[in-house]
Amino acid sequence: MATQTVATQTDRPTARAAIKARHLRTDRWWVDPLITFIVFSAFVIYGTWAAFDHATVYGNGAPHQWFYSKPYLSPFYSPCFADGCPSDVNWGAVDIWHWLSPALYILIIPLGFRATCYYYRRAYYRAYWFSPPACAVAEPHTKYTGETRFPLLAQNLHRYFWYGSLIVGGVLAYDSVTAFIYTDHGYHFFIGIGSFVLLINTILIWGYLLGCHSCRHITAGRINNFSKHPLRYRWWTLVSKLNHWHRHWAWASLIWIALADLYIRLVSNGTITDVHHIF
Amino acid sequence: MSARDLNLRVWRGDGSGGDFVNYTVPVEEGEVVLDAIHRLQATQASDLAVRWNCKAGKCGSCSAEINGKPGLMCMTRLSSFEPGETITVTPMRTFPVVRDLVTDVTFNFEKARQVPAFAPPSDNKGGKFRMAQVDVERSQEFRKCIECFLCQNTCHVIRDHEENKPAFAGPRFFIRHAELDMHPLDTVDRQPMVQEDHGLGFCNITKCCTDVCPEHIKITDNAIIPMKERVVDRKYDPLVFLGSKIGLFKSTTRQQVGPAGGLGPSPIKHPAPPTPVAVPEPVKRAAAAKRTAAKQAAPAKKTTAAKKATPVRKAAAKKTAAKAASATRRRSTR
Repeated sequence: MATQTVATQTDRPTARAAIKARHLRTDRWWVDPLITFIVFSAFVIYGTWAAFDHATVYGNGAPHQWFYSKPYLSPFYSPCFADGCPSDVNWGAVDIWHWLSPALYILIIPLGFRATCYYYRRAYYRAYWFSPPACAVAEPHTKYTGETRFPLLAQNLHRYFWYGSLIVGGVLAYDSVTAFIYTDHGYHFFIGIGSFVLLINTILIWGYLLGCHSCRHITAGRINNFSKHPLRYRWWTLVSKLNHWHRHWAWASLIWIALADLYIRLVSNGTITDVHHIF
Repeated sequence: MSARDLNLRVWRGDGSGGDFVNYTVPVEEGEVVLDAIHRLQATQASDLAVRWNCKAGKCGSCSAEINGKPGLMCMTRLSSFEPGETITVTPMRTFPVVRDLVTDVTFNFEKARQVPAFAPPSDNKGGKFRMAQVDVERSQEFRKCIECFLCQNTCHVIRDHEENKPAFAGPRFFIRHAELDMHPLDTVDRQPMVQEDHGLGFCNITKCCTDVCPEHIKITDNAIIPMKERVVDRKYDPLVFLGSKIGLFKSTTRQQVGPAGGLGPSPIKHPAPPTPVAVPEPVKRAAAAKRTAAKQAAPAKKTTAAKKATPVRKAAAKKTAAKAASATRRRSTR
């Protein structure tokens, strides 16, 4: 008869396989974080420059700003409610901040929303912090506490940035409607390439906002009885469909908002001509 | 059907050390990595240790790392590699290696024991539970888990930081928590436990667990993030906190569990000793007789006898532990 005895902790192996290589992947795992790094960095650099480039320009007729070309307002500067905002799109002057670019305090909410977004977290933890750079590729850090401590504990504020971004998203939707209206000597229907640029921007922003994981939780994710809340369940199902493509919405809306700002600046400073028709 | 030679690089060794060994193995069209490993075992390396069972991606036994990517050997087609490419096969890196491609995944069973079982309401007589299909579906996704532990293996929280193991349960058990927390009939409050005792906050949403899951369970989107959001409701959202105080939101009526619920010692700070395996009576008598014989022997001989018995005891203990692990796996997958 085979001898049996009590299994103890000491009988178990404790050492991992002694493989020195940080990883053994042979595919191009570095392409994804590299693209993320390049695009995000380019956006941050462009966004910072655009946010500070708000000075009023004199010459070529009336004084104007590069971020506004009637009837297009850059989404970086919307809602515009500072002293320096063009009168057509000014939501109310805030005197104490007249020295500050309106973009700086407007962008806090959408940038905070993107910075705490579950998809962006994945992307920048990989691309900037190498935590980890890719799956099964060892990270360089000797210690890891994740999101258990400050400042990463603040990632839990995501839903508040989402609430704020809903308001900003509403204003951007309003802007895309006003981009179809020309208000010289009455209201005229206006249609131009910039109108569609801003309309697409609004669609992408809302696709990104409504597919958010926090939105999914708030609609019905937090409840356990879907059957008792059929309307919320239906809403949750729709949000889940958008959420499946959240990554794509995030990328598309990020790139498009920068392109929309660039387009308006190029039209505003006369580099390109906006093809349009006023009815 | 065309045959060709495959270049295989397999890690051979155990906890005391090891290295890569190159082999050339004949393979045929339509085969998977496990087929090549079996042919290698049958023709060139009969002592190669490899764990496998169903060869159909349903038992979760043949987890390994193929060209550095965690995956099931039985589900990785050779045709997915370039012809002439050398395929490197290693054991899972996160767990202690037993030998060659076999690792000791006890860590996962210890974590499984810490997750409270489903607790239906006591007033539901006769077990006549009624649930709508929409409520069942949500948890059913998580029941697809085959416990291959690839998600646990690829998670950098413990893969790159062994010191995090006591405080982190891992993706497999986050989906278990989510499955039960989302269950309309469960009566246990799991949210404090998953955050405080099982380290949900360590997860930084890099989604590697989802990427490697052979059952395509959306671990991050459908389990970890919803659980994080539920924890935010309870812990970090003052609006929900105030709402629950004025009756706008219902406070949980579920039963607090674990150290996070203020009950019992922390399994992290005070880990329980391993559960003794039940030993049959005849075996106990044989062991007692052996001990008596050893006592009667001379002190010098006693040491020799103990040394001689060690390999046998270790082998038996491994066998018993493997049986226990297998039984736990069967229970948890049912």
